[in-house]
Amino acid sequence: MSDYNFAYLDEQTKRMIRRAILKGLAIPGYQVPFASREMPMPYGWGTGGVQVSAATLTPEDRLKVIDQGADDTTNAVSIRKFFERTAGVETTEDTASASVIQTRHRIPEAPLTEDQVLVYQVPIPEPLRFLEPSEIETRKMHALEDYGLMHVKLYEDIARHGQIATAYAYPVKVEGRYVMDPSPIPKFDNPKMSGMAAIQLFGAGREQRIYALPPYTQVVSLDFQDFPFEASKADAPCDLCGAEDSYLDEVIVDDAGGRMFVCSDTDYCRARRAAGHVGAQGKTEDAA
Amino acid sequence: MTPLLKVEGLTKRYGARIGCADVSFDLWPGEVMGIVGESGSGKSTLLNCMAGHLAPDAGRVMFDTRTEGMKDTITMSEPERRMLGRTDWAFVHQHARDGLRMNVSAGGNVGERLMAVGARHYGEIRDSAEDWLGRVEIDSSRIDDRPTAFSGGMQQRLQIARNLVTGPRLVFMDEPTGGLDVSVQARLLDLLRGLVREMGLSAIIVTHDLAVVRLLADRLMVMKDGHVVEAGLTDQVLDDPQHAYTQLLVSSVLQV
Repeated sequence: MSDYNFAYLDEQTKRMIRRAILKGLAIPGYQVPFASREMPMPYGWGTGGVQVSAATLTPEDRLKVIDQGADDTTNAVSIRKFFERTAGVETTEDTASASVIQTRHRIPEAPLTEDQVLVYQVPIPEPLRFLEPSEIETRKMHALEDYGLMHVKLYEDIARHGQIATAYAYPVKVEGRYVMDPSPIPKFDNPKMSGMAAIQLFGAGREQRIYALPPYTQVVSLDFQDFPFEASKADAPCDLCGAEDSYLDEVIVDDAGGRMFVCSDTDYCRARRAAGHVGAQGKTEDAA
Repeated sequence: MTPLLKVEGLTKRYGARIGCADVSFDLWPGEVMGIVGESGSGKSTLLNCMAGHLAPDAGRVMFDTRTEGMKDTITMSEPERRMLGRTDWAFVHQHARDGLRMNVSAGGNVGERLMAVGARHYGEIRDSAEDWLGRVEIDSSRIDDRPTAFSGGMQQRLQIARNLVTGPRLVFMDEPTGGLDVSVQARLLDLLRGLVREMGLSAIIVTHDLAVVRLLADRLMVMKDGHVVEAGLTDQVLDDPQHAYTQLLVSSVLQV
């Protein structure tokens, strides 16, 4: 253990954040303002998620950090190290054994349980931001459930691209009331939010907002009757583990047009390969 | 028959100055009311108070709502007023830029009110957008263009289409022909006159252009320094003005 207070933040700050979290859980989808602190990392690196995690962690927790599905990229590694050092909690890459999972832009493929908390890093919490620049006006729109504008955005997508082209940060309606930005997760992950057993917390550090979904909350992706919501993914199996149902990253492997599709969720892919599943290029990859 | 809109003693002060004072009138279904006066006479203040954009200091604005009959729009709740604002009411701004979303296509602009009241079928929204663009004489091939690519007259016509798409019963217009050149004005007036007659709209038109009210309005109110100085049938007021200010106003019109 170092000289930091447990999980870096002082107790008063964590209390303030917990209050915001509780309020957020009481009003699913509502953006609760909170006094976001300066964190020892730049905005955009997950300062909101880190503060929510810090307020959520207990010494008994086991933490997993995901960055775009991966456990081993810069953001994930540095945040994991941060909490190892300041909170001394155990960390893991295994989804099932983690009790708190901080994530950037993905939801794990493995279903989460009631014993887990999923913390999202959110860059822009306001789903109406790019349609209505005024914060006063957007708050009023939320208060009055004045959400026609959200569909104007989807209309524009179809008019211009022939389909709803929004592929990430796809707006959702929570329990038939608040329209919420699900953070920039791919829309493939949207259906997983609905009815999830785990608590979902959203922290936006720069924008100073926290919002939350209690377990088993109904979350519906917005759409048109004749252009229904579709959870899209690359039309291929994972080249390493052969999974057909997971969200895939496209990886360019050489400068001659060679490419492969791999699971974005590295832990899911690893577990499948350990269980003996092999994709089209799984063997050669092992040899290399 | 009950009036569609009943204004009683509407007053708005800006500190010690008077915006508009003690204005009362009835507007009947299908009637077009013109409000004329020079700049600063309080006609825009009056319009904004009636449309709920400004909170008046005194008075009542009773509107004949579809479900509950006559209801004071000033004391009604904000959600109710907003609902009214996107169903039974329409507001045409002087500058089309104030009334349009400039970064949204023409079709999206027209469809916004439909989506705000719950339309969730893309094909139907697009069909009615196309229909309305046609009615305001905008070629349907421009449906996916943004208003920034439109001329001033087209923007104004688009604004009108966007407002009328939900079939409102009352339209507030603030200088709808302001800033347009005369030939474009003439077409716009022609269009407005056609739509008003065809849809049986009631309208309140604020303008300083007497030719506009001569063409469109059934009745006329003349305002000066926040007060209504004369009111009556349009032809009567314009051909036989009684108040000294109205006489001045009528005689100031340039003859070509």
